[in-house]
Amino acid sequence: MNVTLDGITVTIDGAEIVGDVSVEIRSGEMHGVVGSNGSGKSTLLRCLYRALRPASGRALIDGDDIWRQLTARQAAQRRAIVPQDSSIDFDFSVRETVSMGRAPHQRLLERNSATDTEIIDDALDTVAMTTFGARLVSTLSGGERQRVLLARALAQQAPVLVLDEPTNHLDIRAQLELLELVRSLPTTTIAALHDLDHAASLCDTVTVLAHGRVVASGPPDEVLTPDVIAQVFGVRAHVGTHPLTGRPHITVATRPDEPASDTDRTTEP
Amino acid sequence: MPSLPPAETHTRPSPHLIGGGGYGALLVALVVGLVVALVAGISIGTVTLPVKEVWSVVGHHLGFLSAAPTKVQDQIVWDFRTPRVLLAAVVGAALSVAGACLQVLGRNALADPYVLGVSSGASFGAVLVLAYGTGVSGGLSVTGAAFVAAMLTLFVVFVLAQRGGRVGPSRLVLAGVAVSYLATAGTSFVQLYTRPAELRGLMFWILGSFASASWGDLGVPTVVIAVTAAWLLVRARSLNVMSTGDDSASALGVDVNRFRIELLIISSLLTACAVAVAGGIGFVGLMVPHACRFLVGPDHRRLLPVALLTGASFMVVVDLLARVVDRPNELPVGIFTAAVGAPFFLVLMRRSGATR
Repeated sequence: MNVTLDGITVTIDGAEIVGDVSVEIRSGEMHGVVGSNGSGKSTLLRCLYRALRPASGRALIDGDDIWRQLTARQAAQRRAIVPQDSSIDFDFSVRETVSMGRAPHQRLLERNSATDTEIIDDALDTVAMTTFGARLVSTLSGGERQRVLLARALAQQAPVLVLDEPTNHLDIRAQLELLELVRSLPTTTIAALHDLDHAASLCDTVTVLAHGRVVASGPPDEVLTPDVIAQVFGVRAHVGTHPLTGRPHITVATRPDEPASDTDRTTEP
Repeated sequence: MPSLPPAETHTRPSPHLIGGGGYGALLVALVVGLVVALVAGISIGTVTLPVKEVWSVVGHHLGFLSAAPTKVQDQIVWDFRTPRVLLAAVVGAALSVAGACLQVLGRNALADPYVLGVSSGASFGAVLVLAYGTGVSGGLSVTGAAFVAAMLTLFVVFVLAQRGGRVGPSRLVLAGVAVSYLATAGTSFVQLYTRPAELRGLMFWILGSFASASWGDLGVPTVVIAVTAAWLLVRARSLNVMSTGDDSASALGVDVNRFRIELLIISSLLTACAVAVAGGIGFVGLMVPHACRFLVGPDHRRLLPVALLTGASFMVVVDLLARVVDRPNELPVGIFTAAVGAPFFLVLMRRSGATR
């Protein structure tokens, strides 16, 4: 299913956080959203969660506006989410948490069917958490918790997957494994990414946001150029080819003429 | 090809104290416990009557026995004890379910009927009528005034907590606490200017008691707890999803703002009904849901029936203690809810695998 963000503007308490963002993601592609902290990545994605209603513009999945044409439940059948805020206040077990992914597909009072159970088992297996089913989510490490949330999203079996900085809290190897896994899924995937190198090497298309507006959008080799990276992140970049994988590879350094703290970096909201 | 892990058996391991297999047995035990508590509550009281005579009165009213009881016995057992014990069960269930609901709504472990200020608001309404007569309430009785004040408090808290139609969980809790203090200040002020003779009546509202229970008090709360508990059970999955955060809930297909308003209405209806007939009883709404979570975990499909039954039994037992510990005097039930509940709660807290 293709995803279209059409002129999305989000204002919170009168301040414009995201301004007139339009992005088109074709079915089956992996799309990366990059930008500094506070550039509006999460806010933009939260419009797809149906958690934030844009002041203007439309978020379409397969041509249907998720706010005006789809109910919360219908939207949840089309797109799954791995949110950034993974705090879970109550002591659900891993299995209970992953089971929640089936909620959009179940009727009131319906219990997990054999098919649901199979889907949940598969999801746990895919993220290599099968043996953790009976553990409480609150006792897991950050990385394990992230895998549980991914398994929950997988159990949703939605054709569109949205991830908000999924590699937070993960060590280097776990970051790559998670992203490779996401990359291998047949879904249309939209991920807010912190690491430019991840975006360059794994995404089919990339959107660069600065101050809530699109700076550039398109294939990584056209978008993640040293010029754009210097303009948006205030760092020098070298874009080359990874010697081991042959994929695009970005290395960065601070500008020689100014210390790192003077770069154009917006603070956390 | 790598070998597959051994297939899991039908009953999957559970991290909760009472897992899948033991749950049915727990429910049966709780129902039996509630019946035992009700029987004990009716059999024992401030005035000692032979148990056989107590139950012949009940039997007579239920149409099993034809022998008419004496007027005094009839009054004690049928007019005072029976409705009182039943009301305690209904109020305990209502407070416990309301607490479970509010803890999800506020996503705050400390949320309970007091947090939204509903209990304090209701007490203030009741105390106003008790002190100044029905003139101040436009003819509403004490119970009626408590109910209206509870709903009014909710409305005020809700209006204060929302911004642009969105209700933030922390703002909701903060607004509730602030309004609660305001209502408590009003109650204390009225108390200071009350004649000593009326002070005891006021204490009823502040500490809670079932001493004035009558059959007439039972109807509304019973209907409310039955309807809301059924509604919550139907929406139990949404409650689960909601307790993992707003973004997750939206992601999993819950219309978060609408569901939150529904929960708000349900929990305040439950609290208003309970407080209107029994005064401000603390501890139950906060601790019973937590204790039950320690036992069966946070899945509301399992939690809600357990919380309802536990709240009901707990309140009946506590009311019984309040009546018999200092016979023939009665003590406020609020003293015993904490005295009895806290040790149990702490034991459960230490034993459960929960880390929060």
